[in-house]
Amino acid sequence: MEYPVGRRRARAFSIGAAGLVIALLAMYGESQGQGRENQPPPSAKAAAPFDPTGYWSALVTQNWRLRMVLPARGDYIGIPISAAGKKTADAWDQAKDEAAGNQCKAYGAPGLMNLPTHLHITWQDDNTLRVDTDYGTQTRVLHFAPPQGRGASSASRGGNPVPRKRSWQGNSVADWASRRGGSAGPASARYLRITTTDLLSGYLRKNGVPYSENASLLEYVDLFKEPTGAALIVWTAVVDDPVNLETPYIISSQFKRQADGAAWDPTPCSAGW
Amino acid sequence: MRRRISTAIVIVAAASALMRGQGLPNVEGIELSGSWAPRNFTDAIGNMPGGGPRPVDYMGIPLNDAGRAWSLVYSQSQISMPERICDYYAPTYIAIGPMGLRIWPESELLTGATTAWVIGGWADFVPITIWMDGRPHPSIYAAHDKSGFTTGVWDNDVLVTYTTHMEAGAIRRNGVPSSDEATMTARFSRHDDVLTITARIDDPVYLTEPYYLTRSFALTRAPINPATHPCTVTNEGIEAERVPHYLPGQHPFIDELTKLYGIPQEAVLGGADTALPEFRKKIKDKYVRPSKCVSVPASTCGGPGTYPSLD
Repeated sequence: MEYPVGRRRARAFSIGAAGLVIALLAMYGESQGQGRENQPPPSAKAAAPFDPTGYWSALVTQNWRLRMVLPARGDYIGIPISAAGKKTADAWDQAKDEAAGNQCKAYGAPGLMNLPTHLHITWQDDNTLRVDTDYGTQTRVLHFAPPQGRGASSASRGGNPVPRKRSWQGNSVADWASRRGGSAGPASARYLRITTTDLLSGYLRKNGVPYSENASLLEYVDLFKEPTGAALIVWTAVVDDPVNLETPYIISSQFKRQADGAAWDPTPCSAGW
Repeated sequence: MRRRISTAIVIVAAASALMRGQGLPNVEGIELSGSWAPRNFTDAIGNMPGGGPRPVDYMGIPLNDAGRAWSLVYSQSQISMPERICDYYAPTYIAIGPMGLRIWPESELLTGATTAWVIGGWADFVPITIWMDGRPHPSIYAAHDKSGFTTGVWDNDVLVTYTTHMEAGAIRRNGVPSSDEATMTARFSRHDDVLTITARIDDPVYLTEPYYLTRSFALTRAPINPATHPCTVTNEGIEAERVPHYLPGQHPFIDELTKLYGIPQEAVLGGADTALPEFRKKIKDKYVRPSKCVSVPASTCGGPGTYPSLD
Protein backbone atom coordinates (compact mmCIF):
# COMPACT_ATOMS: atom_id res chain seq x y z
CA MET A 1 0.00 0.00 0.00
CA GLU A 2 1.37 3.36 -1.03
CA TYR A 3 0.86 6.32 1.35
CA PRO A 4 0.68 9.87 0.04
CA VAL A 5 3.90 11.82 0.56
CA GLY A 6 2.38 14.07 3.30
CA ARG A 7 1.19 11.12 5.34
CA ARG A 8 4.53 9.35 4.94
CA ARG A 9 6.30 12.41 6.32
CA ALA A 10 3.92 12.65 9.22
CA ARG A 11 4.37 8.99 9.99
CA ALA A 12 8.14 9.33 9.85
CA PHE A 13 7.96 12.33 12.14
CA SER A 14 5.81 10.47 14.61
CA ILE A 15 8.14 7.50 14.69
CA GLY A 16 11.10 9.80 15.15
CA ALA A 17 9.41 11.69 17.98
CA ALA A 18 8.42 8.47 19.68
CA GLY A 19 12.01 7.24 19.42
CA LEU A 20 13.26 10.44 20.95
CA VAL A 21 10.82 10.15 23.81
CA ILE A 22 11.80 6.54 24.46
CA ALA A 23 15.44 7.54 24.46
CA LEU A 24 14.71 10.36 26.90
CA LEU A 25 12.79 8.02 29.15
CA ALA A 26 15.60 5.50 29.05
CA MET A 27 18.12 8.19 29.97
CA TYR A 28 15.84 9.39 32.77
CA GLY A 29 15.45 5.92 34.18
CA GLU A 30 19.14 5.24 33.92
CA SER A 31 20.06 8.44 35.67
CA GLN A 32 17.61 7.60 38.47
CA GLY A 33 19.08 4.14 38.83
CA GLN A 34 22.65 5.42 38.76
CA GLY A 35 21.76 7.98 41.38
CA ARG A 36 20.49 5.30 43.66
CA GLU A 37 23.41 2.98 43.01
CA ASN A 38 26.00 5.62 43.69
CA GLN A 39 24.60 6.42 47.09
CA PRO A 40 24.85 3.76 49.80
CA PRO A 41 21.51 3.25 51.50
CA PRO A 42 21.31 5.09 54.78
CA SER A 43 21.34 3.26 58.08
CA ALA A 44 18.03 2.66 59.82
CA LYS A 45 18.86 5.40 62.27
CA ALA A 46 19.62 7.88 59.50
CA ALA A 47 16.50 6.86 57.57
CA ALA A 48 14.18 7.10 60.58
CA PRO A 49 11.08 9.13 59.71
CA PHE A 50 10.68 10.07 63.36
CA ASP A 51 12.73 10.02 66.52
CA PRO A 52 11.37 7.34 68.84
CA THR A 53 14.13 7.66 71.41
CA GLY A 54 13.49 8.76 74.94
CA TYR A 55 11.18 7.87 77.79
CA TRP A 56 7.54 7.04 77.23
CA SER A 57 4.68 6.24 79.57
CA ALA A 58 1.77 3.94 78.85
CA LEU A 59 -1.61 5.66 78.91
CA VAL A 60 -4.04 3.02 80.11
CA THR A 61 -7.35 4.59 79.14
CA GLN A 62 -9.06 1.40 77.93
CA ASN A 63 -9.43 -2.13 79.31
CA TRP A 64 -8.16 -0.78 82.60
CA ARG A 65 -9.13 -3.67 84.85
CA LEU A 66 -7.63 -6.16 82.41
CA ARG A 67 -4.29 -4.38 82.20
CA MET A 68 -3.55 -2.41 85.36
CA VAL A 69 -4.29 -5.24 87.77
CA LEU A 70 -4.11 -9.00 87.50
CA PRO A 71 -7.61 -10.01 86.42
CA ALA A 72 -9.46 -12.98 87.79
CA ARG A 73 -8.95 -16.46 86.48
CA GLY A 74 -11.31 -17.04 83.58
CA ASP A 75 -11.65 -13.39 82.56
CA TYR A 76 -11.12 -13.73 78.82
CA ILE A 77 -13.12 -10.75 77.59
CA GLY A 78 -11.25 -8.93 74.86
CA ILE A 79 -9.31 -11.94 73.62
CA PRO A 80 -10.60 -14.21 70.84
CA ILE A 81 -9.62 -17.27 72.80
CA SER A 82 -10.22 -20.72 71.31
CA ALA A 83 -11.54 -23.76 73.10
CA ALA A 84 -7.99 -25.14 73.35
CA GLY A 85 -6.74 -21.82 74.65
CA LYS A 86 -9.49 -21.70 77.24
CA LYS A 87 -8.68 -25.19 78.42
CA THR A 88 -5.08 -24.15 79.00
CA ALA A 89 -6.06 -20.85 80.60
CA ASP A 90 -8.56 -22.51 82.92
CA ALA A 91 -5.67 -24.57 84.27
CA TRP A 92 -3.50 -21.51 84.95
CA ASP A 93 -1.73 -21.81 88.27
CA GLN A 94 0.08 -18.74 89.53
CA ALA A 95 1.93 -20.63 92.27
CA LYS A 96 3.12 -23.22 89.78
CA ASP A 97 4.52 -20.51 87.51
CA GLU A 98 6.35 -18.94 90.42
CA ALA A 99 7.76 -22.27 91.55
CA ALA A 100 8.98 -23.03 88.03
CA GLY A 101 10.61 -19.62 87.61
CA ASN A 102 8.10 -18.65 84.93
CA GLN A 103 7.16 -15.27 86.34
CA CYS A 104 7.97 -13.66 83.00
CA LYS A 105 5.48 -15.65 80.94
CA ALA A 106 3.16 -12.65 80.70
CA TYR A 107 5.98 -10.31 79.71
CA GLY A 108 6.74 -11.82 76.29
CA ALA A 109 6.62 -9.63 73.21
CA PRO A 110 3.00 -10.45 72.21
CA GLY A 111 1.62 -9.07 75.48
CA LEU A 112 4.34 -6.77 76.78
CA MET A 113 3.40 -3.53 75.09
CA ASN A 114 -0.16 -3.68 76.44
CA LEU A 115 1.05 -3.82 80.04
CA PRO A 116 1.28 -0.77 82.33
CA THR A 117 4.88 0.08 81.62
CA HIS A 118 7.23 2.87 80.80
CA LEU A 119 9.45 2.53 77.76
CA HIS A 120 13.01 3.67 77.28
CA ILE A 121 13.87 3.60 73.59
CA THR A 122 17.44 4.01 72.37
CA TRP A 123 19.54 3.22 69.32
CA GLN A 124 21.85 0.39 70.28
CA ASP A 125 23.71 0.97 67.03
CA ASP A 126 22.85 2.45 63.66
CA ASN A 127 20.67 -0.50 62.71
CA THR A 128 19.37 -1.74 66.06
CA LEU A 129 16.64 -0.14 68.08
CA ARG A 130 16.38 -1.12 71.72
CA VAL A 131 13.18 -0.91 73.74
CA ASP A 132 13.44 -1.36 77.50
CA THR A 133 10.46 -1.65 79.80
CA ASP A 134 10.58 -0.95 83.50
CA TYR A 135 7.62 -3.26 84.12
CA GLY A 136 9.23 -6.67 84.25
CA THR A 137 12.61 -5.20 83.23
CA GLN A 138 12.41 -6.56 79.72
CA THR A 139 14.44 -5.62 76.65
CA ARG A 140 13.28 -5.86 73.09
CA VAL A 141 15.97 -5.62 70.42
CA LEU A 142 14.68 -4.62 66.99
CA HIS A 143 17.10 -5.49 64.20
CA PHE A 144 16.94 -3.59 60.96
CA ALA A 145 18.66 -5.27 58.04
CA PRO A 146 22.01 -3.56 57.56
CA PRO A 147 22.05 -1.41 54.40
CA GLN A 148 24.11 -3.79 52.27
CA GLY A 149 21.90 -6.71 53.17
CA ARG A 150 18.48 -5.18 52.71
CA GLY A 151 16.13 -7.31 50.70
CA ALA A 152 18.36 -10.36 50.88
CA SER A 153 17.35 -13.30 53.02
CA SER A 154 19.91 -15.53 54.67
CA ALA A 155 19.06 -18.21 52.14
CA SER A 156 19.64 -15.90 49.20
CA ARG A 157 22.96 -14.89 50.69
CA GLY A 158 23.99 -18.48 50.36
CA GLY A 159 23.75 -19.70 53.92
CA ASN A 160 21.28 -21.87 55.74
CA PRO A 161 19.16 -20.15 58.35
CA VAL A 162 20.86 -20.48 61.71
CA PRO A 163 18.62 -21.96 64.40
CA ARG A 164 17.98 -19.26 66.93
CA LYS A 165 17.26 -19.58 70.58
CA ARG A 166 13.69 -18.97 71.65
CA SER A 167 13.07 -16.31 74.24
CA TRP A 168 10.27 -14.23 75.75
CA GLN A 169 11.06 -11.40 73.36
CA GLY A 170 11.98 -13.58 70.38
CA ASN A 171 13.91 -12.28 67.41
CA SER A 172 12.55 -9.09 65.96
CA VAL A 173 13.22 -7.77 62.48
CA ALA A 174 12.21 -4.18 61.84
CA ASP A 175 11.85 -1.90 58.87
CA TRP A 176 10.52 1.53 58.04
CA ALA A 177 7.47 0.58 56.02
CA SER A 178 5.47 2.56 53.52
CA ARG A 179 1.72 2.82 53.91
CA ARG A 180 1.54 2.66 50.12
CA GLY A 181 3.37 -0.65 49.89
CA GLY A 182 6.91 -1.33 48.69
CA SER A 183 9.05 1.76 48.69
CA ALA A 184 6.36 4.12 47.45
CA GLY A 185 5.71 7.46 49.07
CA PRO A 186 7.91 9.88 50.94
CA ALA A 187 10.34 8.57 53.52
CA SER A 188 8.81 10.88 56.10
CA ALA A 189 5.51 8.99 55.82
CA ARG A 190 6.85 5.64 56.97
CA TYR A 191 6.14 3.78 60.15
CA LEU A 192 7.98 1.16 62.14
CA ARG A 193 7.01 -2.41 61.29
CA ILE A 194 8.29 -5.30 63.40
CA THR A 195 8.07 -9.01 62.74
CA THR A 196 8.94 -11.25 65.65
CA THR A 197 9.67 -14.97 65.60
CA ASP A 198 11.35 -17.55 67.85
CA LEU A 199 9.11 -16.85 70.80
CA LEU A 200 8.77 -18.96 73.87
CA SER A 201 5.15 -19.73 74.61
CA GLY A 202 3.68 -17.30 77.10
CA TYR A 203 0.61 -15.36 78.16
CA LEU A 204 -1.32 -12.65 76.36
CA ARG A 205 -2.83 -11.65 79.67
CA LYS A 206 -1.41 -12.11 83.14
CA ASN A 207 -4.21 -14.49 84.12
CA GLY A 208 -2.81 -17.20 81.91
CA VAL A 209 -4.40 -16.65 78.47
CA PRO A 210 -1.85 -18.53 76.40
CA TYR A 211 -0.03 -18.10 73.14
CA SER A 212 2.01 -20.90 71.69
CA GLU A 213 5.58 -20.76 70.47
CA ASN A 214 4.18 -20.93 66.94
CA ALA A 215 2.31 -17.67 67.38
CA SER A 216 3.18 -14.94 64.91
CA LEU A 217 3.59 -11.34 65.95
CA LEU A 218 3.45 -8.38 63.61
CA GLU A 219 3.57 -4.86 65.02
CA TYR A 220 2.99 -1.40 63.58
CA VAL A 221 4.32 1.63 65.39
CA ASP A 222 3.32 5.24 64.70
CA LEU A 223 4.57 8.39 66.33
CA PHE A 224 2.21 11.36 66.31
CA LYS A 225 3.32 14.85 67.23
CA GLU A 226 0.91 17.33 68.72
CA PRO A 227 1.02 21.05 68.00
CA THR A 228 1.84 21.55 71.68
CA GLY A 229 5.08 19.60 71.29
CA ALA A 230 3.70 16.52 73.00
CA ALA A 231 4.12 13.20 71.23
CA LEU A 232 2.31 9.91 71.30
CA ILE A 233 3.42 6.48 70.18
CA VAL A 234 0.63 4.14 69.10
CA TRP A 235 1.77 0.53 69.08
CA THR A 236 -0.56 -1.84 67.23
CA ALA A 237 0.07 -5.57 67.52
CA VAL A 238 -1.40 -8.41 65.48
CA VAL A 239 -1.00 -11.77 67.18
CA ASP A 240 -2.05 -14.89 65.33
CA ASP A 241 -2.05 -18.26 67.00
CA PRO A 242 -4.17 -20.94 65.34
CA VAL A 243 -3.97 -23.06 68.48
CA ASN A 244 -5.12 -20.64 71.13
CA LEU A 245 -6.96 -17.95 69.17
CA GLU A 246 -10.02 -18.12 66.94
CA THR A 247 -9.04 -15.07 64.93
CA PRO A 248 -6.04 -12.73 64.95
CA TYR A 249 -5.84 -10.62 68.08
CA ILE A 250 -5.34 -6.97 67.08
CA ILE A 251 -4.68 -4.59 69.89
CA SER A 252 -3.20 -1.12 70.18
CA SER A 253 -1.47 0.63 73.06
CA GLN A 254 -0.55 4.27 73.57
CA PHE A 255 2.55 5.82 75.08
CA LYS A 256 3.05 9.48 75.88
CA ARG A 257 6.50 11.04 75.63
CA GLN A 258 8.08 11.93 78.97
CA ALA A 259 10.46 14.79 79.53
CA ASP A 260 12.88 12.54 81.37
CA GLY A 261 13.18 9.24 83.18
CA ALA A 262 11.84 10.49 86.51
CA ALA A 263 9.02 7.94 86.50
CA TRP A 264 11.27 5.06 85.40
CA ASP A 265 10.87 2.35 88.01
CA PRO A 266 12.32 -1.05 87.13
CA THR A 267 10.46 -3.92 88.74
CA PRO A 268 11.03 -7.63 88.23
CA CYS A 269 8.56 -9.95 86.55
CA SER A 270 5.74 -11.04 88.78
CA ALA A 271 3.28 -13.85 88.22
CA GLY A 272 0.91 -12.17 90.65
CA TRP A 273 0.73 -8.42 91.06
CA MET B 1 1.78 20.64 9.63
CA ARG B 2 -0.95 20.99 12.23
CA ARG B 3 -1.25 17.24 12.40
CA ARG B 4 2.48 16.91 13.03
CA ILE B 5 2.35 19.47 15.78
CA SER B 6 -0.65 17.76 17.33
CA THR B 7 1.06 14.39 17.16
CA ALA B 8 4.16 15.80 18.81
CA ILE B 9 2.12 17.42 21.57
CA VAL B 10 0.29 14.20 22.29
CA ILE B 11 3.52 12.21 22.44
CA VAL B 12 5.26 14.73 24.66
CA ALA B 13 2.24 14.91 26.95
CA ALA B 14 2.10 11.14 27.19
CA ALA B 15 5.80 10.99 27.90
CA SER B 16 5.46 13.66 30.54
CA ALA B 17 2.68 11.71 32.21
CA LEU B 18 4.74 8.53 32.06
CA MET B 19 7.70 10.29 33.61
CA ARG B 20 5.52 11.44 36.45
CA GLY B 21 4.38 7.88 36.88
CA GLN B 22 0.71 8.83 36.78
CA GLY B 23 -1.91 9.42 34.18
CA LEU B 24 -3.53 12.19 36.19
CA PRO B 25 -2.49 14.52 38.96
CA ASN B 26 -1.73 12.63 42.14
CA VAL B 27 -4.58 12.18 44.59
CA GLU B 28 -3.30 13.07 48.02
CA GLY B 29 -2.94 10.55 50.82
CA ILE B 30 -3.53 6.82 50.71
CA GLU B 31 -6.51 4.61 50.04
CA LEU B 32 -8.90 4.25 52.94
CA SER B 33 -11.92 3.10 50.98
CA GLY B 34 -13.61 -0.09 51.97
CA SER B 35 -15.28 -1.96 54.75
CA TRP B 36 -13.34 -2.12 57.98
CA ALA B 37 -14.44 -4.75 60.46
CA PRO B 38 -14.23 -3.78 64.12
CA ARG B 39 -11.68 -5.65 66.19
CA ASN B 40 -12.97 -4.66 69.59
CA PHE B 41 -10.14 -6.01 71.68
CA THR B 42 -8.45 -2.74 72.64
CA ASP B 43 -11.62 -1.46 74.31
CA ALA B 44 -13.29 -4.74 75.13
CA ILE B 45 -14.75 -3.36 78.35
CA GLY B 46 -16.21 -0.30 76.65
CA ASN B 47 -17.63 -2.46 73.90
CA MET B 48 -18.66 -5.45 75.97
CA PRO B 49 -20.80 -7.68 73.74
CA GLY B 50 -24.40 -7.18 74.72
CA GLY B 51 -23.73 -4.41 77.16
CA GLY B 52 -20.94 -1.92 77.58
CA PRO B 53 -19.05 -0.65 80.57
CA ARG B 54 -20.50 -1.00 84.06
CA PRO B 55 -22.27 2.13 85.39
CA VAL B 56 -19.46 3.54 87.53
CA ASP B 57 -16.30 2.73 85.62
CA TYR B 58 -14.36 5.91 84.97
CA MET B 59 -10.91 4.34 85.15
CA GLY B 60 -8.32 5.89 82.88
CA ILE B 61 -10.40 8.96 82.01
CA PRO B 62 -8.85 12.35 82.92
CA LEU B 63 -12.04 13.58 84.56
CA ASN B 64 -12.12 16.79 86.50
CA ASP B 65 -14.39 17.29 89.50
CA ALA B 66 -17.26 18.56 87.36
CA GLY B 67 -17.02 15.59 85.03
CA ARG B 68 -16.97 13.16 87.94
CA ALA B 69 -19.89 14.89 89.65
CA TRP B 70 -21.94 14.81 86.46
CA SER B 71 -21.10 11.16 85.87
CA LEU B 72 -22.18 10.21 89.39
CA VAL B 73 -25.66 11.68 89.05
CA TYR B 74 -26.17 10.04 85.68
CA SER B 75 -28.65 7.22 85.34
CA GLN B 76 -28.51 4.98 82.28
CA SER B 77 -32.28 5.47 81.99
CA GLN B 78 -31.59 8.98 80.70
CA ILE B 79 -31.13 7.56 77.22
CA SER B 80 -34.78 6.57 77.32
CA MET B 81 -35.76 10.23 77.52
CA PRO B 82 -36.95 11.63 74.20
CA GLU B 83 -34.58 14.57 74.65
CA ARG B 84 -31.53 12.38 75.33
CA ILE B 85 -32.19 9.22 73.41
CA CYS B 86 -29.55 10.17 70.83
CA ASP B 87 -26.98 11.51 73.28
CA TYR B 88 -24.24 8.97 72.51
CA TYR B 89 -24.26 9.39 68.75
CA ALA B 90 -21.84 12.24 68.25
CA PRO B 91 -18.82 11.72 65.97
CA THR B 92 -16.93 10.63 69.09
CA TYR B 93 -18.89 7.40 68.76
CA ILE B 94 -16.40 6.15 66.17
CA ALA B 95 -13.90 6.07 69.05
CA ILE B 96 -16.15 4.63 71.75
CA GLY B 97 -18.72 2.61 69.83
CA PRO B 98 -18.58 -1.01 68.68
CA MET B 99 -19.32 -0.63 65.01
CA GLY B 100 -17.28 -1.23 61.87
CA LEU B 101 -16.63 1.44 59.28
CA ARG B 102 -17.58 1.77 55.66
CA ILE B 103 -15.39 4.52 54.19
CA TRP B 104 -15.46 6.10 50.77
CA PRO B 105 -14.20 9.28 49.09
CA GLU B 106 -16.24 11.93 47.36
CA SER B 107 -14.22 13.17 44.41
CA GLU B 108 -14.17 16.26 42.25
CA LEU B 109 -15.23 15.14 38.80
CA LEU B 110 -12.57 16.66 36.56
CA THR B 111 -9.44 16.48 38.70
CA GLY B 112 -10.26 13.51 40.88
CA ALA B 113 -9.28 15.47 43.97
CA THR B 114 -10.94 14.19 47.12
CA THR B 115 -13.37 16.77 48.40
CA ALA B 116 -14.46 14.66 51.37
CA TRP B 117 -14.13 11.28 53.01
CA VAL B 118 -17.36 9.81 54.27
CA ILE B 119 -17.75 7.31 57.08
CA GLY B 120 -21.06 5.60 56.52
CA GLY B 121 -23.79 5.34 59.05
CA TRP B 122 -24.41 2.45 61.36
CA ALA B 123 -27.76 1.67 62.94
CA ASP B 124 -28.83 5.05 64.26
CA PHE B 125 -25.42 6.68 64.00
CA VAL B 126 -25.38 9.22 61.20
CA PRO B 127 -22.62 9.34 58.56
CA ILE B 128 -19.62 11.56 59.19
CA THR B 129 -18.43 13.78 56.37
CA ILE B 130 -14.76 14.75 56.60
CA TRP B 131 -14.26 17.79 54.43
CA MET B 132 -10.93 17.77 52.62
CA ASP B 133 -11.37 20.86 50.48
CA GLY B 134 -9.96 23.35 52.93
CA ARG B 135 -13.23 24.89 53.97
CA PRO B 136 -13.16 26.59 57.36
CA HIS B 137 -15.03 25.45 60.43
CA PRO B 138 -18.21 27.38 61.15
CA SER B 139 -18.26 30.32 63.49
CA ILE B 140 -18.12 29.55 67.19
CA TYR B 141 -21.63 30.97 67.31
CA ALA B 142 -22.97 28.48 64.77
CA ALA B 143 -25.43 25.89 65.92
CA HIS B 144 -24.12 22.54 67.12
CA ASP B 145 -25.72 19.34 65.93
CA LYS B 146 -25.36 15.59 66.21
CA SER B 147 -23.02 15.40 63.22
CA GLY B 148 -20.66 18.11 64.33
CA PHE B 149 -18.36 19.55 61.70
CA THR B 150 -15.26 17.69 60.61
CA THR B 151 -12.35 18.66 58.39
CA GLY B 152 -9.36 16.58 57.44
CA VAL B 153 -5.80 16.90 56.15
CA TRP B 154 -3.18 14.36 55.21
CA ASP B 155 -0.08 14.35 57.35
CA ASN B 156 2.53 11.93 56.05
CA ASP B 157 -0.14 9.58 54.70
CA VAL B 158 -2.11 9.66 57.95
CA LEU B 159 -5.55 11.26 57.71
CA VAL B 160 -5.89 13.74 60.55
CA THR B 161 -9.41 14.95 61.23
CA TYR B 162 -10.70 17.67 63.51
CA THR B 163 -14.29 17.81 64.73
CA THR B 164 -16.06 20.73 66.34
CA HIS B 165 -19.67 21.84 66.83
CA MET B 166 -20.77 18.62 68.48
CA GLU B 167 -23.67 18.52 70.87
CA ALA B 168 -23.12 17.53 74.46
CA GLY B 169 -22.95 13.76 74.75
CA ALA B 170 -20.80 11.04 76.26
CA ILE B 171 -17.23 9.79 75.96
CA ARG B 172 -17.89 6.42 77.57
CA ARG B 173 -21.04 4.41 77.10
CA ASN B 174 -21.96 4.71 80.77
CA GLY B 175 -22.71 8.41 80.72
CA VAL B 176 -19.30 10.00 81.30
CA PRO B 177 -20.11 13.36 79.76
CA SER B 178 -18.71 15.45 76.99
CA SER B 179 -19.75 19.07 76.69
CA ASP B 180 -20.66 20.98 73.59
CA GLU B 181 -17.22 22.59 73.84
CA ALA B 182 -15.52 19.25 73.27
CA THR B 183 -13.46 18.69 70.14
CA MET B 184 -11.99 15.55 68.67
CA THR B 185 -8.80 15.08 66.71
CA ALA B 186 -8.62 11.66 65.08
CA ARG B 187 -5.78 10.02 63.17
CA PHE B 188 -6.61 7.33 60.64
CA SER B 189 -3.44 5.33 60.31
CA ARG B 190 -3.40 2.44 57.86
CA HIS B 191 -0.83 -0.34 57.95
CA ASP B 192 -1.29 -3.07 55.39
CA ASP B 193 -4.92 -4.12 55.92
CA VAL B 194 -5.17 -2.89 59.49
CA LEU B 195 -6.57 0.54 60.28
CA THR B 196 -5.95 2.14 63.66
CA ILE B 197 -7.86 5.21 64.73
CA THR B 198 -6.28 7.28 67.46
CA ALA B 199 -8.73 9.78 68.91
CA ARG B 200 -7.87 12.67 71.13
CA ILE B 201 -10.83 14.28 72.88
CA ASP B 202 -10.39 17.70 74.43
CA ASP B 203 -13.06 19.07 76.71
CA PRO B 204 -12.36 22.15 78.83
CA VAL B 205 -15.55 21.55 80.81
CA TYR B 206 -15.14 17.97 82.00
CA LEU B 207 -11.52 16.88 81.40
CA THR B 208 -8.23 17.97 82.92
CA GLU B 209 -6.20 16.92 79.87
CA PRO B 210 -6.72 15.28 76.49
CA TYR B 211 -8.31 11.85 76.56
CA TYR B 212 -6.70 9.44 74.10
CA LEU B 213 -8.41 6.35 72.74
CA THR B 214 -7.54 3.88 70.02
CA ARG B 215 -9.55 1.40 67.98
CA SER B 216 -8.34 -1.05 65.36
CA PHE B 217 -10.12 -2.43 62.33
CA ALA B 218 -9.32 -5.05 59.71
CA LEU B 219 -10.15 -4.70 56.05
CA THR B 220 -12.89 -7.11 55.11
CA ARG B 221 -14.36 -8.22 51.82
CA ALA B 222 -17.77 -8.54 53.42
CA PRO B 223 -19.32 -5.13 52.82
CA ILE B 224 -20.50 -3.23 55.85
CA ASN B 225 -23.92 -1.81 55.21
CA PRO B 226 -23.75 1.97 55.64
CA ALA B 227 -27.51 2.31 55.87
CA THR B 228 -28.73 4.33 58.78
CA HIS B 229 -31.97 5.42 60.24
CA PRO B 230 -30.78 8.54 62.02
CA CYS B 231 -31.51 8.42 65.70
CA THR B 232 -35.19 9.06 66.14
CA VAL B 233 -36.93 10.42 69.17
CA THR B 234 -39.32 7.87 70.57
CA ASN B 235 -41.27 7.37 73.76
CA GLU B 236 -39.71 4.71 75.92
CA GLY B 237 -41.97 5.37 78.86
CA ILE B 238 -40.13 8.05 80.78
CA GLU B 239 -42.66 10.49 82.12
CA ALA B 240 -42.51 14.00 80.72
CA GLU B 241 -40.32 16.39 82.70
CA ARG B 242 -38.69 13.58 84.68
CA VAL B 243 -34.92 13.21 84.38
CA PRO B 244 -33.72 9.85 85.70
CA HIS B 245 -30.78 10.54 87.97
CA TYR B 246 -29.16 9.81 91.31
CA LEU B 247 -28.72 12.47 93.93
CA PRO B 248 -25.13 13.33 94.83
CA GLY B 249 -23.63 10.65 97.02
CA GLN B 250 -26.44 8.21 96.31
CA HIS B 251 -25.31 6.37 93.17
CA PRO B 252 -26.34 2.78 93.88
CA PHE B 253 -23.54 1.29 91.78
CA ILE B 254 -20.65 3.31 93.11
CA ASP B 255 -19.06 0.28 94.74
CA GLU B 256 -20.06 -2.27 92.13
CA LEU B 257 -16.59 -2.64 90.58
CA THR B 258 -15.11 -3.02 94.03
CA LYS B 259 -17.51 -5.85 94.82
CA LEU B 260 -17.25 -7.54 91.42
CA TYR B 261 -13.57 -7.08 90.63
CA GLY B 262 -11.91 -5.96 93.86
CA ILE B 263 -10.86 -2.60 92.44
CA PRO B 264 -10.57 0.21 94.99
CA GLN B 265 -12.87 3.17 94.58
CA GLU B 266 -10.07 5.69 94.08
CA ALA B 267 -9.37 3.92 90.79
CA VAL B 268 -12.99 3.47 89.80
CA LEU B 269 -13.66 7.20 89.95
CA GLY B 270 -10.99 7.99 87.37
CA GLY B 271 -8.74 10.98 86.95
CA ALA B 272 -5.67 11.52 84.81
CA ASP B 273 -3.35 9.76 87.23
CA THR B 274 -5.32 6.51 87.01
CA ALA B 275 -4.08 6.03 83.42
CA LEU B 276 -0.40 6.01 84.40
CA PRO B 277 1.63 2.95 85.38
CA GLU B 278 2.72 4.52 88.66
CA PHE B 279 -0.90 4.64 89.83
CA ARG B 280 -0.58 0.93 90.55
CA LYS B 281 1.54 1.75 93.59
CA LYS B 282 -1.38 3.59 95.16
CA ILE B 283 -3.66 0.59 95.00
CA LYS B 284 -1.23 -2.27 95.38
CA ASP B 285 -2.30 -3.06 98.91
CA LYS B 286 -5.96 -2.38 98.29
CA TYR B 287 -6.67 -4.46 95.22
CA VAL B 288 -8.26 -7.82 95.95
CA ARG B 289 -8.26 -10.19 93.02
CA PRO B 290 -11.44 -12.25 92.74
CA SER B 291 -10.87 -15.97 92.77
CA LYS B 292 -12.62 -16.37 89.43
CA CYS B 293 -14.45 -14.31 86.84
CA VAL B 294 -18.17 -14.12 87.32
CA SER B 295 -20.45 -13.12 84.47
CA VAL B 296 -23.16 -10.68 85.49
CA PRO B 297 -25.96 -9.35 83.28
CA ALA B 298 -24.49 -7.45 80.32
CA SER B 299 -20.95 -8.26 81.42
CA THR B 300 -19.50 -11.50 80.19
CA CYS B 301 -16.18 -13.13 80.95
CA GLY B 302 -15.73 -13.88 77.26
CA GLY B 303 -14.57 -17.18 75.88
CA PRO B 304 -14.72 -19.10 72.62
CA GLY B 305 -17.23 -17.69 70.15
CA THR B 306 -17.30 -14.21 71.66
CA TYR B 307 -15.58 -12.55 68.70
CA PRO B 308 -16.46 -13.47 65.12
CA SER B 309 -13.75 -14.27 62.64
CA LEU B 310 -13.37 -12.08 59.60
CA ASP B 311 -15.15 -13.09 56.42
